[in-house]
Amino acid sequence: MITKEQVEHVAHLARLEIGEDEIDDFTNKLDAIIGYAEQLNELDTTNVEPTTHVIDIRNVLREDENKPSIEREQALGNAPESEDGQVKVPSVLD
Amino acid sequence: MSLIKESFASLHTKLENREISVSELVDASLNRINEVDGQVHAFLTVNEDEARAQAKKLDEKIGVDGGKGALFGLPAGIKDNIITRGVRTTCASKLLENFTPVHHATVMEKLDAAESVSVGKLNMDEFAMGSSNENSGFIAARNPWHLDYVPGGSSGGSAAAVAAGEVTFALGSDTGGSIREPAAYCGVVGMKPTYSRVSRFGLVAFASSLDQIGPLTRSVEDNAHVLQQIAGFDNRDSTSANMDVPNYVEALGGDVKGMKIAVPKEYLGEGVNEDVRAHVSNALRELEKLGATWEEVSLPHSQYAVAAYYLIASSEASANLARFDGVRYGVRHDARNDLIEMYKKTRSEGLGDEVKRRIMLGTFALSSGYYDAYYKKAQQVRTLIKEDFDNVLQQYDVIIGPTAPTTAFKIGENIDDPLTMYANDILTIPVNLAGVPAISVPCGFSHGLPVGLQIIGKPFDERTVYKVAHAYEQATEHAKAQPVL
Repeated sequence: MITKEQVEHVAHLARLEIGEDEIDDFTNKLDAIIGYAEQLNELDTTNVEPTTHVIDIRNVLREDENKPSIEREQALGNAPESEDGQVKVPSVLD
Repeated sequence: MSLIKESFASLHTKLENREISVSELVDASLNRINEVDGQVHAFLTVNEDEARAQAKKLDEKIGVDGGKGALFGLPAGIKDNIITRGVRTTCASKLLENFTPVHHATVMEKLDAAESVSVGKLNMDEFAMGSSNENSGFIAARNPWHLDYVPGGSSGGSAAAVAAGEVTFALGSDTGGSIREPAAYCGVVGMKPTYSRVSRFGLVAFASSLDQIGPLTRSVEDNAHVLQQIAGFDNRDSTSANMDVPNYVEALGGDVKGMKIAVPKEYLGEGVNEDVRAHVSNALRELEKLGATWEEVSLPHSQYAVAAYYLIASSEASANLARFDGVRYGVRHDARNDLIEMYKKTRSEGLGDEVKRRIMLGTFALSSGYYDAYYKKAQQVRTLIKEDFDNVLQQYDVIIGPTAPTTAFKIGENIDDPLTMYANDILTIPVNLAGVPAISVPCGFSHGLPVGLQIIGKPFDERTVYKVAHAYEQATEHAKAQPVL
């Protein structure tokens, strides 16, 4: 059973804010989904390798070469706030 | 028949013979959008001016080189999670309402090279999370066969635009059925290629180990033409398959005599609508008449696929969607000049409930103390599901079943129950977990709504999937039906 406190904790980890009026609904629905997922425990998976990827590709390497890229101005074009060629965010330190 | 609904082959003949110009063709598409999209809501953005300018350029070019591009002059719609240079790309999320990409996805570069004309960006469930399009952050797209019904999702706008004759083809993306389910609900052809066959560079990531771009069209032949252009290795996608692209179009028209078809009993069991079952049985009889044989098989872990999928896909999503924090792009919601508060406000205001739920589920499954019990367990079950497919596909050429257990449902019917909604993808999700290719082709109607037949193939064997789909399509009339709008 997922508790309201767990939901609040997970929301904080996910950088989400769940309002007082929504918290019960989120808790109930998440609890139902996680309850549904518990059925996986019916399967014995001892010694079964996990599949992270279906195709056998590993360590894709390429030469570290300079290639044309977008201009700084373009890169900042979508940023809500920028200053002196950098994105601007609220202060991180007091 | 309206121009837009004609086959690529017919349109290309008319363009070559100068019976029509690209501008006329693009106008036909834009006019149709003006005429019906106020009801269908397939489009989030229409690039009228750019499309007309591009058409004019191609009309000038045809005088010079005869129009060499394989998709020359064909008006197309692009799912709004595929980034397009200079054209707003929202993923149907309020958070990205103002986002204009500065470069193209690889598939867009390839379409440009093939000389198709993008007329706009298509509606979807927000960040591709949903099976009905009702999770669009802007407006729900509707099913052209019945406007009170959902078009399916998440590529609902892509399927609806093709079915309504607004474009000649559309691109969608498929993480757990998001091309095939809407294709089935809207009565069009939708292909999810083998994982890694089409570059994901520029596809806004939902679940990186499952996402795949593919075409939606009115016919199998047109579909093969589009995949031919967008498939292939891309060094900007580290999971892209470095393999030659075979000729898909050449595979069409071939013989299915002697082909061995597997029919999983789990795909025709409880929960699958009777009419849907009957249409699939009829389709198998058609294929038998053409000389194929079929046998019942088992994919014993099918019932666990939805649970495994939601854990894996949501976990990957929770990481992928962390980038939407109001720093580099998107709509920022400021809060008391505090960074963490700004993240939280931006995400809480900008993201819809289903997206939040999946981010929370994924964050939970990856969080300390739960990782082994949920995420790792789901990946182990994924191995079992993949082995089911490997075993069957060693002995059979293709696997056939329905695409979805039912036809399209009414708007609003399932919106408040995530688990019922997830069950729509019960027959498409295992295919993504196994990474194999699959197509949905129309195979009849139930109460006026289309039914889709799903044909699943071996990894990188899209040719055989197309061959069987084409043989079936040519032997039946289902693909010829058109919605009245």
